[in-house]
Amino acid sequence: MHALIDVKHPAVAKIGVVLIAVALAVLPFALVGIGTAWVRITNLAILYVLLSLGLNIVVGFAGLLDLGYIAFYAVGAYTYALLASPHFGLHWPFWVILPIGALVACFFGVLLGTPTLKLRGDYLAIVTLGFGEIVRIFLNNLSLPVNITNGAQGIAGIDPFRFGTFSFATTQRVAGVTFSGPVKYYYLLLIIVLVVIVINLRLQDSRIGRAWEAIREDEIAARAMGINTRNMKLLAFAMGASFGGVAGGMFSAIQGFISPESFVLVESVNILAMVVLGGMGNIWGVILGALLLSFVPEVLRYTVGPVQQSLFGRTLIDPEVIRMLLFGITLVAMMLFRPAGILPSALRKRELESGRTT
Amino acid sequence: MDIFLQQLVNGLTLGSVYAIVALGYTMVYGIIQLINFAHGEVVMIGAMVSLSVINALVGAHVGWPPLAIVLCGGVIAIPVCMGVGYALERVAYRPLRRAPRLAPLITAIGLSIVLQHVALIIWTRNPLAFPQIIDVVSYHVTSNPDGARITNVQVAIIGISIAMMGGLVALIYRTKLGIAMRATSQSQEIAGLMGIDINRVIALTFAIGAGLAAVAGVMVGTYYGIATYQMGFILGLKAFSAAVLGGIGNIGGAMLGGLLLGIIEALGAGYVGDLTNLCQLSSWSTAIAERCASDPNLTLFGSNYQDVFAFFVLIGVLVFRPSGLLGERVSDRA
Repeated sequence: MHALIDVKHPAVAKIGVVLIAVALAVLPFALVGIGTAWVRITNLAILYVLLSLGLNIVVGFAGLLDLGYIAFYAVGAYTYALLASPHFGLHWPFWVILPIGALVACFFGVLLGTPTLKLRGDYLAIVTLGFGEIVRIFLNNLSLPVNITNGAQGIAGIDPFRFGTFSFATTQRVAGVTFSGPVKYYYLLLIIVLVVIVINLRLQDSRIGRAWEAIREDEIAARAMGINTRNMKLLAFAMGASFGGVAGGMFSAIQGFISPESFVLVESVNILAMVVLGGMGNIWGVILGALLLSFVPEVLRYTVGPVQQSLFGRTLIDPEVIRMLLFGITLVAMMLFRPAGILPSALRKRELESGRTT
Repeated sequence: MDIFLQQLVNGLTLGSVYAIVALGYTMVYGIIQLINFAHGEVVMIGAMVSLSVINALVGAHVGWPPLAIVLCGGVIAIPVCMGVGYALERVAYRPLRRAPRLAPLITAIGLSIVLQHVALIIWTRNPLAFPQIIDVVSYHVTSNPDGARITNVQVAIIGISIAMMGGLVALIYRTKLGIAMRATSQSQEIAGLMGIDINRVIALTFAIGAGLAAVAGVMVGTYYGIATYQMGFILGLKAFSAAVLGGIGNIGGAMLGGLLLGIIEALGAGYVGDLTNLCQLSSWSTAIAERCASDPNLTLFGSNYQDVFAFFVLIGVLVFRPSGLLGERVSDRA
C-alpha cells in the first residue's frame, strides 16, 4: 500500500487506514445528501474499478493489449441475467451464479487467448477488438431461431442479489438508520473491490506477477529463463476475464436490465483509458484512473447543460457529445503529454522515457 | 448460379471500395509501421462532406448534369479529407513516432472519437441521404433475362477504383515521390541522409491515403445512398481486415485483400442463410418440422451476421498466416 499511505511511522499509517475506512463507510450517507443518484454513480464507479483492475492484469501486468475486454463483462452479465430472470424462468441464487459467470468468462478468455498467443502489440489489439464485436453481434442476434439472449431488446427483470429473505434491492431500517438498495450494494461492492485489490497486490509480487512482468518486457528472454510463456499469457487472459465476468454479474443485478447496447467498443476503450490514464501496471494508479473517468463525466453531465443554458439560453450541444469529445481529447492529450499515466509504475516510466523498446 | 453471379458482382463493388480504403491503411503501415486507426473516420468525413455538397447543389437547382454534381462533391471532399489526414499525422503520429506502440494506438482511437463527435455536431445524428439524381440503369451480365445484373453505379465504382489503383501504382513506382516513399519505408535514417525530407514524405503519404479515403467515402455514399457519423468505424475495420488479408504494407495485397473480402462478405451473407437453414433437418425432429411449416426461413445464422465475416477473416488470417497473402511476416512485432 506504499503509494497512498507510505508514511514512515506505523502509528500514522494505522490512523490513515482508519480514517480512510471511516470515510468509505460513511460515504454513501454523505452522497444520499446530494442525491441518491450519486450512490448509484458511485456503485458504477466501483464496478469500473473492478473492471480496470481486471484489464490491468492483461494490459498492465502481462503487456497484452486487449481492446475487447468488455466482451467478458458482457459474458458475465448475460450469464447472470439468463440464470436469474424471468427470461428462462430461472432464479438461481447469486452466490452460485457469480462463480459460474467467472468460469464462463474465464473460458472465453482462454478462447480468445489461445489463437492470439503469437500476436503482440496493435495486432493483438485489433483481434481482441474484433472478438469483442463478434460477441456483441452474437448477443444482438441470438434471439432466432431459439431465443437465447432476446436480441437487441435485452433482458429485463433480472433478480437483485438475495440472501434468503434479505434482498439488496429493498430499503431497510436498521437501528434507526435507513439503508436503501444502492447503499447496501455499495457496501457489498466495497468488500468485493477490497478483496480484488488484495488479490491484485499479492499477484503483482508473486511468481506469476513477476513472470508476467518478464513477458511484458521481453518475451523471448522470459522463455529463455524457463517461464512457460504460453500458460502465463493464457493465465493472464483467464484471470482478467474472470474479474470482468464477476463485475458483469454484479452489473446485471444492480441494473436489473441489460442489452447489447451496454457492451459496445467505446466501453472497452473507456476501460483501457482508465488503466492507461491512471498508470498502467500501478494498481493505485488504475483505481484513480477508474474513479476519475467515472466521476468526471457524471459531473460534466450535471454541469454542461445548465452552463450552456445560462450562456446561450438553450442547450446547443448535447452534454453526452461534449463528454465524448472531451474523452477523445483527453486520450490524445494524455498520450502526448503524460504517456505513463497520472501515477506511473516505476518500470513503465523508465521504459517510456527511454523511447521505443524494439 | 445466377445468385452466385449477382453476389459476385455485389462483392466486387463492395470489395473495390474496401480495397481503396485498405490502401490508405497499408500505405501508412508500409512507411511508418503504425496502424492509422482513425482512417475509417476519414472515409466518413469524405462521405458526409460530399453528400452535403451534393445536397446543397441539388437544393440550389444549379441544373448541372448529375455526374458533374457528384464529381463536384468528390472534388470538395478530397482536399477536406487530405487536410484531416495531414492533421492526424501532425497531431497523433509525428510526435509519437518513437514512442511505444500503445501511445499512437490510443491517440488514434481518441482522434477517431473526436472526429466522430465533431461530425455528430456538424451533421447531427440523422443520416444524410443521397438525393435521387442518378438514373440507376442495370445491365444483364448473362443472356438470362432474370439473371444477375450490374448497375451503372456499380460499373462506375469498380472502374474508378481500378483507375485509382493504377494511378497509385504509377505514383509509387514511377515518380520521384514514389521513390522517396519507398526509400523512407526501407529506412528513415538512410532516406534522410539521401536528402529526402522524411516528414514531408510521411505527411504526403497520410494525405494521399486520406484522398483515396475521400473518394471511397463518395462511392459508399453513392452506393448505399446514405451516410451517418458512425459509418467510419466498421468500414475502417473491414478495410483494415482486407489490408491484413492481403499482407499489410503491400500495395498489391491491399487491392487483392479488399476485393477478396468484399466477395467473401457478399457470398457469405448470400449463402449463410441457406446453408444454416434448419428446415433441411425437418426429417430429424418433429419440433423443427412444425416450426418450418409456419416459417420456411428458420435459419441458424441469417444475413444479419454479415459484419461478422470480416472479423473471422481477420482473426483467421492473423492466426494461420499472419503475413497475409502477399506480405512479409510482421504480426509478431511488438
